[in-house]
Amino acid sequence: ETNKLYCTSVKCCIFELKAELNSDKKEKKKEAVKKVIASMTVGKDVSALFPDVVNCMQTDNLELKKLVYLYLMNYAKSQPDMAIMAVNTFVKDCEDPNPLIRALAVRTMGCIRVDKITEYLCEPLRKCLKDEDPYVRKTAAVCVAKLHDINAQLVEDQGFLDTLKDLISDSNPMVVANAVAALSEISESHPNCNLLDLNPQSINKLLTALNECTEWGQIFILDCLANYTPRDDRESQSICERVTPRLSHANSAVVLSAVKVLMKFMEMLPKDLDYYGTLLKKLAPPLVTLLSAEPELQYVALRNINLIVQKRPEILKHEMKVFFVKYNDPIYVKLEKLDIMIRLASQANIAQVLAELKEYATEVDVDFVRKAVRAIGRCAIKVEQSAERCVSTLLDLIQTKVNYVVQEAIVVIKDIFRKYPNKYESVIATLCENLDSLDEPEARAAMIWIVGEYAERIDNADELLESFLEGFHDESTQVTTQQNTQVLHKHTQNTPDSDNPDLRDRGYIYWRLLSTDPVAAKEVVLAEKPLISEETDLIEPTLLEELICHIGSLASVYHKPPNAFVEGSRGVQHKRLPARTASGESAESPDAGQSVGGVSDAPPAVIPSQGDLLGDLLNLDLAPPSASVPVVPASMQMGVDLLGGGLDSLVGLHRPSGSQYLSGDIGGSPIAVGLAGGTGGMPAGLGGTPAMGGGLGDLFDLGGGVGMATGSYVPPKAVWLPAMKAKGLEISGTFARRGGGIHMDLSLTNNAMSIMTDFAIQFNRNSFGLAPAGPLQVLTPLAQNQTIDVSLPLNTNGPIMKMEPLNNLQVAVKNNIDVFYFSCQYPISLLFVEDGKMDRQVFLATWKDIPSENETQYQIKDFHLNSDAASTKLQGSNVFTVAKRTVDAQDLLYQSIKLTNGIWALAELRIQSITPNYMLALKCRAPEVSQYICQCYELLLRN
Amino acid sequence: MIGGLFIYNHKGEVLISRVYRDDIGKGRGGWRNAVDAFRVNVIHARQQVRSPVTNIARTSFFHVKRSNIWLAAVTKQNVNAAMVFEFLYKMCDVMTAYFGKISEENIKNNFVLIYELLDEILDFGYPQNSETGALKTFITQQGIKSQTKEEQSQITSQVTGQIGWRREGIKYRRNELFLDVLESVNLLMSPQGQVLSAHVSGRVVMKSYLSGMPECKFGMNDKIVIDKQGKAGASDEAGKSGKQSIAIDDCTFHQCVRLSKFDSERSISFIPPDGEYELMRYRTTKDIILPFRVIPLVREVGRTKLEVKVVIKSNFKPSLLAQKIEVRIPTPLNTSGVQVICMKGKAKYKASENAIVWKIKRMAGMKESQISAEIELLPTNDKKKWARPPISMNFEVPFAPSGLKVRYLKVFESKLNYSDHDVIKWVRYIGRSGIYETRC
Repeated sequence: ETNKLYCTSVKCCIFELKAELNSDKKEKKKEAVKKVIASMTVGKDVSALFPDVVNCMQTDNLELKKLVYLYLMNYAKSQPDMAIMAVNTFVKDCEDPNPLIRALAVRTMGCIRVDKITEYLCEPLRKCLKDEDPYVRKTAAVCVAKLHDINAQLVEDQGFLDTLKDLISDSNPMVVANAVAALSEISESHPNCNLLDLNPQSINKLLTALNECTEWGQIFILDCLANYTPRDDRESQSICERVTPRLSHANSAVVLSAVKVLMKFMEMLPKDLDYYGTLLKKLAPPLVTLLSAEPELQYVALRNINLIVQKRPEILKHEMKVFFVKYNDPIYVKLEKLDIMIRLASQANIAQVLAELKEYATEVDVDFVRKAVRAIGRCAIKVEQSAERCVSTLLDLIQTKVNYVVQEAIVVIKDIFRKYPNKYESVIATLCENLDSLDEPEARAAMIWIVGEYAERIDNADELLESFLEGFHDESTQVTTQQNTQVLHKHTQNTPDSDNPDLRDRGYIYWRLLSTDPVAAKEVVLAEKPLISEETDLIEPTLLEELICHIGSLASVYHKPPNAFVEGSRGVQHKRLPARTASGESAESPDAGQSVGGVSDAPPAVIPSQGDLLGDLLNLDLAPPSASVPVVPASMQMGVDLLGGGLDSLVGLHRPSGSQYLSGDIGGSPIAVGLAGGTGGMPAGLGGTPAMGGGLGDLFDLGGGVGMATGSYVPPKAVWLPAMKAKGLEISGTFARRGGGIHMDLSLTNNAMSIMTDFAIQFNRNSFGLAPAGPLQVLTPLAQNQTIDVSLPLNTNGPIMKMEPLNNLQVAVKNNIDVFYFSCQYPISLLFVEDGKMDRQVFLATWKDIPSENETQYQIKDFHLNSDAASTKLQGSNVFTVAKRTVDAQDLLYQSIKLTNGIWALAELRIQSITPNYMLALKCRAPEVSQYICQCYELLLRN
Repeated sequence: MIGGLFIYNHKGEVLISRVYRDDIGKGRGGWRNAVDAFRVNVIHARQQVRSPVTNIARTSFFHVKRSNIWLAAVTKQNVNAAMVFEFLYKMCDVMTAYFGKISEENIKNNFVLIYELLDEILDFGYPQNSETGALKTFITQQGIKSQTKEEQSQITSQVTGQIGWRREGIKYRRNELFLDVLESVNLLMSPQGQVLSAHVSGRVVMKSYLSGMPECKFGMNDKIVIDKQGKAGASDEAGKSGKQSIAIDDCTFHQCVRLSKFDSERSISFIPPDGEYELMRYRTTKDIILPFRVIPLVREVGRTKLEVKVVIKSNFKPSLLAQKIEVRIPTPLNTSGVQVICMKGKAKYKASENAIVWKIKRMAGMKESQISAEIELLPTNDKKKWARPPISMNFEVPFAPSGLKVRYLKVFESKLNYSDHDVIKWVRYIGRSGIYETRC
């Protein structure tokens, strides 16, 4: 019967409906409204009926009333003036004796986004928020969020936020849950004001409501709890204890939100605590259970497990089997399971994993098969003992001759060769047999690499390479790059006795294209290849931390921070994991935990080293810079630049003193302790702050700040690219940190006979992701014998690859004549950031927490500065003295440094008055940077 | 939160549309743009669905499918994704409870009801009480019922209250309850008979027809509980019961169960909803009784012929009977003809399903049966080898493959004059095949 409604509604005209709506008969009226709603649903515009429908509003038939309200919600916005007609009925309904009708009215009114109506909404809403019936209150709580979305100012002015806060203490659990949901949403658009005001008392209320409210309410409360930072490990543990029962809830979202709270608060627990281990064990079973949910939820769960496995691999390391793919799993579940299998693969389970992967490689879905083949290669790289079996499995797969399987296998074998050089070359013959079937760029590039790399072991390497060269012009850049490299590679190995003139000539062409300097070419091409990393596609640690804070949400499904897919202000705020704070030494300020978030687990930098070193440089875009950079009138650009530079240097001057002033009470302790030590009175411990410290410290720091006019250390310019290597272009330069930004200061000199134009610059991947923040601003042509100074702002958002030495930077500069390559090294102090001052307690905890094998000792010889002067000097380059202690005529400075990528280094600098030698002990979770930091210490102190 | 909810038929026509938030309809065309985007990019997409979450132009779409009906939730925010899917499933449950199967016709016939439900269970995109038991007290298809003041406040206190799943004042002449232990046993076995993975996922479904607000306590042979009792009680009893107890990997409960009590004492206590509901779900992996063993033998005779022999063995007490046994043997796509011989049951080659389907009505424990088939193949140029999908099995057995036993279900209702002994209780065990596969 209603089916008819759907059909006729399309045909039936507005006129007929109008008549029916105005009918005297109630039944007819109701049927007409139904037809209107049906038309609305299928997308027909029935807004013309607005007055007629609103006329039906005053009825005692609840069903009819609901339909009219539904209509109003849809069309009120397009007919604001007429919507006012409805206000009276709403206001009246808000006073109805039936709580269901009161709630209905306040619920609907909030959905009508017409300014004039919202004014009338305030009074009824105020009453409903204090209604005797919980059903009305819980509806009114959500209504505040609705109103806030329409007119935030109004909500604040009317004091609704306070009423909403009061509802958190309501006796009814559902009212509490909705109030929490509304407040959480409102506070997202006010990140700074502490709307929710979470404190141990309110947390206790929430935890009580958690046991009593609906499954959805539990989710709201858990998601809200996750935003709280407990004061210390004891509070953290007690919250965890009360949240763990939720892991047995039938609703997967409740479980995932509980997991989020636990994963976050666990960060604060000491690892040696028994409870810590218990909690870890409790997390695995519910995560596995999520995999027996419906496929869509499995997908959400798997995306989250992928994050959890990266953050805490120990939780699921014994659960490999549950991630085995089932034949009938939807493809999205299969791909995610495979991803997790690779992450969990270890020596203990590798045999099983390989057997599974081989099975998957024969399935139907091409993406899945490719991923499975790739996974076999990852296993070989990850678990050395399995490499041989992996290679033989891959060879088996190549024998299937399935085109995409073969190509994928060759790509991963290349990686295996890179990881284990000269070990499996016996398989090369088999690979060469399949040369003809390779039609994908990545596979061709891989094959060329293999042939070039093992040229001396392949009899007909020349021919093979040449066969690839035939299609040179049609190839993608990936392949051509690889060809260039490998032809050159072969060339540099045996140029003199290559008796194939064709190959030699071609080689020369590429050679010239690359550089005019054969020595440099050899340096570049035959350079040590970077090690291949064991883990693939690891999420960058700070992002991972943020995503852990978003477990269960869309961000965790996309593996992207919310601001990457949410518009406007919502979700822009970055979340971080709390740092560990022991109850005995609880942090002095509540936000100390946040400001140093993640210190306790400062993860090592992720260094993916796939791809070829040279590849990137050769891929340099050869188009003139104007193509990608909007052309800005030179004069204006210059003006901005000057101003920017001026401001920068001003800020650079003042910032250290300013920030020092703010943290006066901490920074102040050195002098106070120093005094105490001098009189030989109190033994001053690292943790103790003498009462008088603060005031004196301020004075001292003021002085220090003003006296420190030099700012951070800038090494003198050095010649990076001599003119004879670059057709007359000489580049010298240095690096500087100014105003919190990194700059590469270059001097370009034209020693050639013609003018130079169209400059562009590009960096190769490097250890810290340094990359130009803008184009190289050489706007006027560079005339003969002219020198121009350019300051290139840099950022650290570029691609990352571990370099040797770590601070090496390979640069390509292009002008109208050619492309030139050079490499230079930057002082690592360039990367010391301004907020690198660690809280004292955190410093102490972190120092203890970093294992002693990560400690390195250095001696800085023949040095005569006293400790205060040294401290001041270092501070100018963002090496911050956290505390100072004097023992046996030795000054001990405890210092913290933070690098741009979030790595912290902690230092103990021992200054003896008797000998002119400084002793430096460095502790860092990424010990490979220690050596470079030490070099910087010496550099900074001596200049 | 959820910005809007749309229901489509298989053609991509909108049957139900409910918009909760303005943000999904910004710009020209309003929320219609979102409706169309989903139709074009997901329903009409050529490719198989690659993800249940789709992001189109900064708008996220969550979808589930029931027969040929699509339910899509739309949002512009960083919502709790797990919650959205749970809600969509719940929404399906509620609709099924009201009008049966989710089909285009049923949706069209009940669209007014669906709008009313959507208004109630989702407010500004926040899920609200969605327990059918509670909803049915005030969302009825009878139009307005004149409720007394007491009735009204009873409804609202139930919808918002601690026990939102049960109303007060339920009366039965005969207090009765039914417990079904439903298990699905999952297996992946290698051709050589090695268990690659096996687990049981079980559910305890309860139908309760009890008066008042009864307090229930459920007990089963959970190893942790038995061991704890064993320590306290006599040692010989512990030894005896220890054998019968099972190790539960993990379990989840209906929201009526007091989780904190389970966490601290491992006891399962609750006030049940009226009628049928799922009390708990659990998962076990240890000491599973695999009711059937499948032994495959596939031999390729030249390029145009396959010989297949499959033996099934039943592995449970001879006095029990398995039912609805079905073995599905996949055949290559280029099969031209099949000849089958089986000792028991009926076997047929189903070309449309690319499989030989062998059905046996009943089979007792500790028996075995065999099928052999010759498969003729058309010669093909396709280089790709046949993927050999696993042989799958379906069956039903009258016991719980996990070994789970219900030890008691006690009912206490202090206010009414019936005791635990007066309640008639029924317990039934059914073990079914989940994904029960043997590779060949």
